[in-house]
Amino acid sequence: MNAIDLSRRNFLVSAGAATGGLSLGFHVTLGEATGQGVSPEVNAWVVIRPDDKIVVRVGRQEMGQGTLTGLAQLVAEELDADWSKIETEYPTPGQNVARKRVWGDFATSGSRGIRNSQDAMRKGGATARAMLVQAAANEWKVAASECSVDKGVISHKGSNRSTTFGKVAQAAAKLEAPADVKLKDPKDWKIAGKPLLRLYQDGKVNGAQVYSIDFKIDGMLNAAIRDCPYWGGSLKSFDASAAEKMPGVKKIVRIDKNAVAVVADTWWRAKTALEAIKFDYDPGPHGKLDTAGINAMLDEGLTAKEAFVGNQSGDVEKALAGAAKKIEATYTFPYQHHATMETMNATARWTADKCEVWTSSQNAEAALATASQAAGLPLDKCDVVRMDLGGGFGRRATSQDYVRQAVLIAKEMPGTPIKLIWSREEDMLHGCYHPTTKCKLTGALDKDGNLVGLHMRISGQSILATIRPEALDKGRDMATFQGLNAGGAEGKLGYTIPNLLVDHAMRNPPLRPGFWRGVNNNQNAIYLECFVDELAHAAGVDPLEFRRRMMKEHPKHLAVLNAVAEKANWGKPAPAGIYRGLCQHMGYGSYVAACAEISINAQGTLKIHRIIAATNCGHAVNPAQIERQIEGSFAYGLGPLLMQEITVKDGKVVEENFDTYPILRMAEMPSVESIIAPTNDFWGGVGEPTIFAAAPAVLNAIFAATGKRIRTLPIGAQDLRRA
Amino acid sequence: MAKININGRVVDVTVEPDTPLLWVIREQIGLTGTKYGCGVAQCGSCTVHVDGVATRSCALPISAMTEAQKIVTIEGLSPNSSHALQKAWLANDVPQCGYCQSGQIMAAAALIAQTPNPTDADIEREMTNICRCGTYNRIKTAIKQAASAARG
Repeated sequence: MNAIDLSRRNFLVSAGAATGGLSLGFHVTLGEATGQGVSPEVNAWVVIRPDDKIVVRVGRQEMGQGTLTGLAQLVAEELDADWSKIETEYPTPGQNVARKRVWGDFATSGSRGIRNSQDAMRKGGATARAMLVQAAANEWKVAASECSVDKGVISHKGSNRSTTFGKVAQAAAKLEAPADVKLKDPKDWKIAGKPLLRLYQDGKVNGAQVYSIDFKIDGMLNAAIRDCPYWGGSLKSFDASAAEKMPGVKKIVRIDKNAVAVVADTWWRAKTALEAIKFDYDPGPHGKLDTAGINAMLDEGLTAKEAFVGNQSGDVEKALAGAAKKIEATYTFPYQHHATMETMNATARWTADKCEVWTSSQNAEAALATASQAAGLPLDKCDVVRMDLGGGFGRRATSQDYVRQAVLIAKEMPGTPIKLIWSREEDMLHGCYHPTTKCKLTGALDKDGNLVGLHMRISGQSILATIRPEALDKGRDMATFQGLNAGGAEGKLGYTIPNLLVDHAMRNPPLRPGFWRGVNNNQNAIYLECFVDELAHAAGVDPLEFRRRMMKEHPKHLAVLNAVAEKANWGKPAPAGIYRGLCQHMGYGSYVAACAEISINAQGTLKIHRIIAATNCGHAVNPAQIERQIEGSFAYGLGPLLMQEITVKDGKVVEENFDTYPILRMAEMPSVESIIAPTNDFWGGVGEPTIFAAAPAVLNAIFAATGKRIRTLPIGAQDLRRA
Repeated sequence: MAKININGRVVDVTVEPDTPLLWVIREQIGLTGTKYGCGVAQCGSCTVHVDGVATRSCALPISAMTEAQKIVTIEGLSPNSSHALQKAWLANDVPQCGYCQSGQIMAAAALIAQTPNPTDADIEREMTNICRCGTYNRIKTAIKQAASAARG
């Protein structure tokens, strides 16, 4: 895509020299940048070249989830374009600022890429189509309503004339945009809704794709950095006398008080010199903190008097007191690291009147704001070129700390572009960790085995309290209750429980938390869905039937659960040695369910054979890409279940690389069967929702196989031999 | 000064002897298709072929290489993405973010050169590279398809 071409050229080539549709100059609007009579911008979203190539501008960021392809499909659909002529480009956040945020929000997180951009982009496509048709009609002196469009060719049947988008684009660009356009009914989609192959795959199989870690520009130097590894600690002093003399070293700088960066001709030399520096740290107030201490903090919260209420109905205390059977269990979910394959990195060039950044971010607008602040320059003197991401998963949405560092280093060497790359160790030690929580669940069954009361006490870290304190509601972090809410389009609890209390004792250890694919749904789904399974067994009711009894008022939750149960032949005997477990949950506006099939051998070795997963994401813009997201989300979400855990010792994170933070590999990957069941009456997310269905389904299957409840993750070395 | 044979070309490089092959490839030769992931030979993003053997280049010092050893990177695997694996990767729409895929393809290419008809167990044993997007099942399908195409 054009962002790649951009990276290969000098960022500041004059706008007039650009032959494509992309502005390369600073704050030259894209329309002007295309040059007079070259590639007219029909509107902010659509540029059409004379050769009929269509450039769709995308505010959201591609990072492997397929959003770029999906959004382009939606625009192409409304245009009635020829899909083979579609290209995309990323406007920069500086251009977005200059044009009053015409492309909307760039933030690509919370599974919002398509659902929160579809309306504006479909309208952009439909508006452009109307203008192109009007331009052709004007030329032919016929009514626009008599013209039709097919694959970018505009025809007027009455006079047997036809033309192409490319031929009328210039005239169309001069027309007034219609105020109101009608969007297509999704049932008439021909490009959207189809399982098209993803755009720009070729560069990913031949090494040509340029990620920001690969970016090069004339005169560029490389930097390696070490920030204080102690959460809440500080750098007292450092001795760089040996490092200064090492080959290739250009400068050693201390930034933000606690970080030291070595700038050298190559990154390897910068990193080698960094390792020769002697650091003296003050571990600070949490210097003795360890995982046991954090767990003790959370345990206290499980029974604390004060807690924020997330969802409440009836009188749970009374229901528990009058229960025919009372069941109680406590679950624990540990810290997780994003471990994107591409470590954090950014290239920055700073002068007294301009700051340029090239980086991979899930939120280029936040990267721009970060760069501006670090540069000490106003927004309109800064810009960020958006590069492809080697993984995001929320890390590159939570914090733009790497951008800040790159700019601060570049500021020490005005005019010289500096590429900062974090080593894997630096990346692991300065993560935005998926927070650790525990949950104590207490359930009341009546004499007929119905769930009449449930108390879920969550204890643990709030993400928003650290990352976005302004989003707290009188101290309460509503995101803690993802998927457990009484209502709302985002994540509604799928059960009717007459007496319910879901509350949160906020306990915030000093580690920086972050949004990790699926965020709090990951553990909330485990807590609720494993406990529901426990309750079903305690009631002596089949887990599917037990759930169904509570789901009469939740038809969409029930439909996906029924779909997986049917496909798995739930209720009929599984093949010998195979055991099944179920889960259903709602998050990011979508309804998901899973049925896991596992076996455990005599040595207690777990094998996950197959996971059947269903999702109702409302509209399925590209079923093939949704299927890939389901599979991929399971690979990510099964890691914390099986082996991944971030621990803390002496105030810092213990796991510094993949030898101690093992990642799920091919041999552990189950086969995945997807059921994509859109009901076409809402827009739900895709990238995250299915992630939280996998782990609870597997845990419930483990119980079916062994009679053992695993309530502390990861499974790791826990004994899975039959009880 | 060292001489290395990379993608059929003998190149002089001036680096410290402990410089890993990965960083010679990326920073001296200028080929960035081979990726940095961990630096400790765990993730496989840096996989290249050394005399046809899949090798994690991030932990291999250049001093351990000789001019006689033939290094092939993703850029040298085929002209125009024409290797059977690359075709199968595209046909199966394997990559998501794509960052690990150079390493995955190089590991797979060494596998099918050695084992033209790999079983699932062969693939799972040899393909230990990490993919955080979770493309594993599609990689497996693509390898089998490519192996079958290569056998004819």
